[in-house]
Amino acid sequence: MYLAESRAAKAPATASGKRPGRGGAAVPPTVLALGAVSLITDISSEMVSAVLPLYVVTALGLSPLGFGVLDGINNGVGALVRLLGGHFADRGGRGHKTVAAIGYGLSALCKPLLLLAHTVTLIGGVLAVDRTGKGLRTAPRDAMISLATAPEHRGRAFGVHRAMDTTGALIGPLLAFAVLRVAVDGYDAVFTVSGCIAVVGVLVLLLFVPTPPASEELRPAPPKLSESLALLRLPALRRLVLCAVLLGLTTVSDSFLYLLLQRQLHLPTRLFPLLPLGTAASFLLLAYPLGALADRIGRRTLFLLGHAVLLAAYLTVLLATGAGAPVAVGVLVLHGLFYAATDGVLAAAAADVTPPGQVGAGLALVGTGQALARFACSLLFGAAWSIWGGHTTLAVTAAAMTAGAVTAGLVLRTTPGAAK
Amino acid sequence: MNRAPRLLILLVAVLLLGGVGAGAVLYAADRSGQKDQEQVGGPAVRPGQVSLAATGERELVFRNLAWGPHRDEVVAVPADRPDGVRTSSGVKCLRFHAAAGHGICLQAVHGPLEDTYRAVVLDDRLHELHSYPAVGIPTRDRVSPSGHHVAWTVFVSGDSYGGSDFSTRTAIADTRDWHVDDNLETYTLIKDGHPYQAHDVNVWGVTFAATDDNLFYATVATGGHTYLVKGDIAARSLTTLHENVECPSLSPDGTKIAYKRRVPGLPSDAQWRLYVLDLRTMKETATAEQRQIDDQAVWSSDSTLLYALPGDFGADLWTVPADGTGSAQLVTKAGLAPAYLG
Repeated sequence: MYLAESRAAKAPATASGKRPGRGGAAVPPTVLALGAVSLITDISSEMVSAVLPLYVVTALGLSPLGFGVLDGINNGVGALVRLLGGHFADRGGRGHKTVAAIGYGLSALCKPLLLLAHTVTLIGGVLAVDRTGKGLRTAPRDAMISLATAPEHRGRAFGVHRAMDTTGALIGPLLAFAVLRVAVDGYDAVFTVSGCIAVVGVLVLLLFVPTPPASEELRPAPPKLSESLALLRLPALRRLVLCAVLLGLTTVSDSFLYLLLQRQLHLPTRLFPLLPLGTAASFLLLAYPLGALADRIGRRTLFLLGHAVLLAAYLTVLLATGAGAPVAVGVLVLHGLFYAATDGVLAAAAADVTPPGQVGAGLALVGTGQALARFACSLLFGAAWSIWGGHTTLAVTAAAMTAGAVTAGLVLRTTPGAAK
Repeated sequence: MNRAPRLLILLVAVLLLGGVGAGAVLYAADRSGQKDQEQVGGPAVRPGQVSLAATGERELVFRNLAWGPHRDEVVAVPADRPDGVRTSSGVKCLRFHAAAGHGICLQAVHGPLEDTYRAVVLDDRLHELHSYPAVGIPTRDRVSPSGHHVAWTVFVSGDSYGGSDFSTRTAIADTRDWHVDDNLETYTLIKDGHPYQAHDVNVWGVTFAATDDNLFYATVATGGHTYLVKGDIAARSLTTLHENVECPSLSPDGTKIAYKRRVPGLPSDAQWRLYVLDLRTMKETATAEQRQIDDQAVWSSDSTLLYALPGDFGADLWTVPADGTGSAQLVTKAGLAPAYLG
């Protein structure tokens, strides 16, 4: 897709005078503003996530076990909503910002609603609306990041954004427990503070994220849904979606990986809550350098290498039976490295091969494909676990991922201009 | 709009929202402060010596939820005068159980960054003998009738970052050598006569037998169903016996299990009713308690049950006959996690 690339190359007018090709060029202010919005929003949402089980068990006296089922449904719905978010965002002018603002606003609204929800069903409903907001905003936000950035710097821009996002996710729980320290059992205070922070996030978006004028120039008529789906006719985008789905089908969910890690390495259960922190810390530290690396060696190449890293993590878990904490640290570093090499990088790669006027839908197609594939992987993995046990299932998944990665490598190599 | 007015709007909004947030925190802090003040007309609580040793007079020990300086402490009352003056021990527990001169106390540890939990084994003077880290939010605990084993269950949510995927972890520790099996999910599970494995196995609510130190019962959940399992500590095994059983509690004579049963057709948030299963005939009997129950009951005799229900101060203790007759009666207000001594 040289066409899309060259048209997008004109866009840097929106990237506040940043000249393409300059090695150490600053990250566009739009990206920093969106990073700030994500950071603030993640503080808000992780505050709630961190105390929700405690709230349900100790304050409401309910069992939280029912949430697991909802999680799966929410993931499926969230993936489809993302598609719609990306599509509507492409309606020119303020589209991206408007849809993103609705998405962030919806999630902000959910925080005060939690004050009123006192049953597992109602709380599950509020969480579903929150997830819908997240689904809506993801594609337009990533579209704004790519439209504001010169194509050759997109990897780094997404790296900065993901690092800021993860920083917020790490701060949130700390802030929530600080509130509970001041006000014992003050879950209402946690939800209120979280709601206030979410509103600040929406305000930062509305006030400091410029509306990209580029999309209006390039796409005067709002695309129809059929046109958004017709993006799959673009060979380069279709190949990318195919590869994201193929590799997503063998990407074991975090919870399964942590469970296996704990079982195989005989980790003390008290270390269990720390495992996601390890992945997040590694992702946070590596997102920027790997984004920059993606700009140099090619996003599709790094996306594939990222899955090779995940494969290495699987093999470590499979082989290092009973080896303990140091190996666990290694696996978590690899796991974070995988996210750093694939998460923002895939979005950057998708933006490369989508016409700028439809970048929201293009990103959403790739993201939705990947999310649905991972959801399918979770269902299959769970079913296979019951038959073969976790260890064998992971070994089979690793083999399937190897085949998938080789296929994806071949598919992506045929894409013209497959590097920068 | 220029940069300056936008910054000004943001500043004003941050100040306003900061005020709302600070107000909410201060309000909640003040409200929690009030819980340290004794309520007029509430149960009388006096500090004193609480002993877990059988001293002759039968006692009821539980976590005191009445407001005042002794809130959350383990207290004792005479079993025949449960509304009498509560003797408080100074030991705070979220969950508590005691038998044979041993206590298990699940406590919160307020760390600099976040709360962690520990399971503390207590001697008959409520002094700490040994403690284990508990990996999540405490929900159930038990001491075996012999005092040789303790078990506890916590909720964990660390499976996915920012997700809402919860599971349980159940541990059994030996009070003679302090050996601990910190995750009963690693025991061999025999379901309907066949070895069974699944990623979604959860174990909770251990109850120990008086006759055999190796024998216990518990709940296993997998594939959307719950099962009563018979556990063997030495063989590290769990064997399913009956479906739709949660939070089992074995009668002192070892013949009956009181449990939460999910009754189909009721609203999903209020589905559990208190039932009794006869282990010899596998006959299920509904108790006269008509309300939703979310507790692991204890047996006050071979024919009566004691359990907590939500109340004005968190929870109250209620009793009902185990054979389905009679009606539920309030035992005492503002109490949780009871155990009978002597």
